[in-house]
Amino acid sequence: MGPVLENLDLFVQGFLTSLSIILWALVGSLLLGVLIAACRVSPVPPLRAFGSFWVTTFRNTPLSVVLFACAFGLPEIGINRSFFFFGVLGLVLYTSAFVCEAVRSGINSVPAGQAEAARSIGLNFGQALRYVVLPQALRTVIPPLGSVVIAMFKNSAVVGAFGVGGDLWSTGQTLVSARGFETLPIFTGVAIGFLLITLPAGALLQVIERKAAIAR
Amino acid sequence: MSREEAVLFDAQGPRARRRTTIGTAVAVVALLGLAYVVARRLADRDQFSMEKWGPLINPGNENFGAVWGLFGEGIRNTIIAAVIAMTLSIVLGTLIAVARLSLGRAGRIPLVGLVELFRGLPVVVLVYFGVRVLPDVGLDLRDWPGGQVLWGLIIGLTAYNMVIFAEVVRAGVASLPRGQREAALATGLTNGQTMRIVLLPQAFRVMLPAIISQLVVVLKDTSLVTFVANYDELLSQGESIRRNLDNPIQTFVVVALLYIAINYALSRLAQWIQARQARGSTAKATGGGDLVPVRDGA
Repeated sequence: MGPVLENLDLFVQGFLTSLSIILWALVGSLLLGVLIAACRVSPVPPLRAFGSFWVTTFRNTPLSVVLFACAFGLPEIGINRSFFFFGVLGLVLYTSAFVCEAVRSGINSVPAGQAEAARSIGLNFGQALRYVVLPQALRTVIPPLGSVVIAMFKNSAVVGAFGVGGDLWSTGQTLVSARGFETLPIFTGVAIGFLLITLPAGALLQVIERKAAIAR
Repeated sequence: MSREEAVLFDAQGPRARRRTTIGTAVAVVALLGLAYVVARRLADRDQFSMEKWGPLINPGNENFGAVWGLFGEGIRNTIIAAVIAMTLSIVLGTLIAVARLSLGRAGRIPLVGLVELFRGLPVVVLVYFGVRVLPDVGLDLRDWPGGQVLWGLIIGLTAYNMVIFAEVVRAGVASLPRGQREAALATGLTNGQTMRIVLLPQAFRVMLPAIISQLVVVLKDTSLVTFVANYDELLSQGESIRRNLDNPIQTFVVVALLYIAINYALSRLAQWIQARQARGSTAKATGGGDLVPVRDGA
């Protein structure tokens, strides 16, 4: 592990850059994903069609293709930004489709009888949504949404691989190709960096899941 | 609209229907406006020209043959890597799951560690290990048919997906009614026979949709090799076409459409099998539907 410890500052820097990719992508994909999910469950047919189109497109295209299309396609129509911006944008577009499906499946898992019961005791639409449907829906959304978010953490490595400088992955790449370090210790360091993000996140998710579980 | 989706709103009366109609009109105008802005922008930058689209869609174009030759090769290489990685993942994943189910508490610990380790790593890191790190530590696969890059990619994808499958198989076996195992043991089958003849075949039936959905993930993840080394799968081929013809938007749209076509067909197949199983009684009794949304990966 010598090469990793000697360059520990670079690894820490890379870890922080990876975290900032993750945070931007998390906020963006949750907002966009919930918006698309709202389209998919809305009573307005064209919005539903738009939602399905979005999900089918981004769920079936590899993240790497989305990233290439953003980074090389957008400058062609006059949108010139940093690779960091394009990387986060691609990750947000891709992840939003999975967030949408997780949210939608959570909403759909609330039994129709719950809403019917709420209406039958005289709650109006807003009240039924606020007091009966949403509290249950939000809790059932947690496990699938959590898996999507953890998958997104791991996918941030692809954003680094694609040319965003200074994150964990590209730090490893630079140390190997430019400075000729051995691949094994360096990439073991990179792997540990990612495990430091994904393993605690997975454990945290399990705790939240257990707390929010509803007996049905 | 299916029944389950009706949870948010009731069957609509005349007023709600009128509101929906108005909403529809507004949404159509907004979406058309959005499409117009995008199309206008593309047209202003000359992105609809035959100079850029010709090699991709016009069979008369001088580059058409070469371009689709590259795409064809790319699709073939993508499918080869995905199918081999998938097969190995299923076999190894089943072995891990069976070992985990039949070993005692102490014996399980290293397997649980293995599962957590490979599940926690990004696929692109595992692919890098397979392609770049393995030769450095003495595992040289250059002489294998397909070479180091293909097998490194397969090893990376397999390492990640076999543990996903181990979890799927474990959940599949656990979801079977307890009586299945008890009855098999009562007829005098050994533990191993019970697993092989009675439990696994039923579990696999329940898991088939999950397996096909995961194949979509593996297919998409083959494209990660583009960042690591040269293996001419679909995305790399798109990259070299873009570099030669300088038409990124057009090329990546076609690449994306090719992936979508293959993966959408696979997803529909999974849905169809799931719907067919839901009609039979075993899948319902075992709660097989819960197993489907596995899709995990890049």
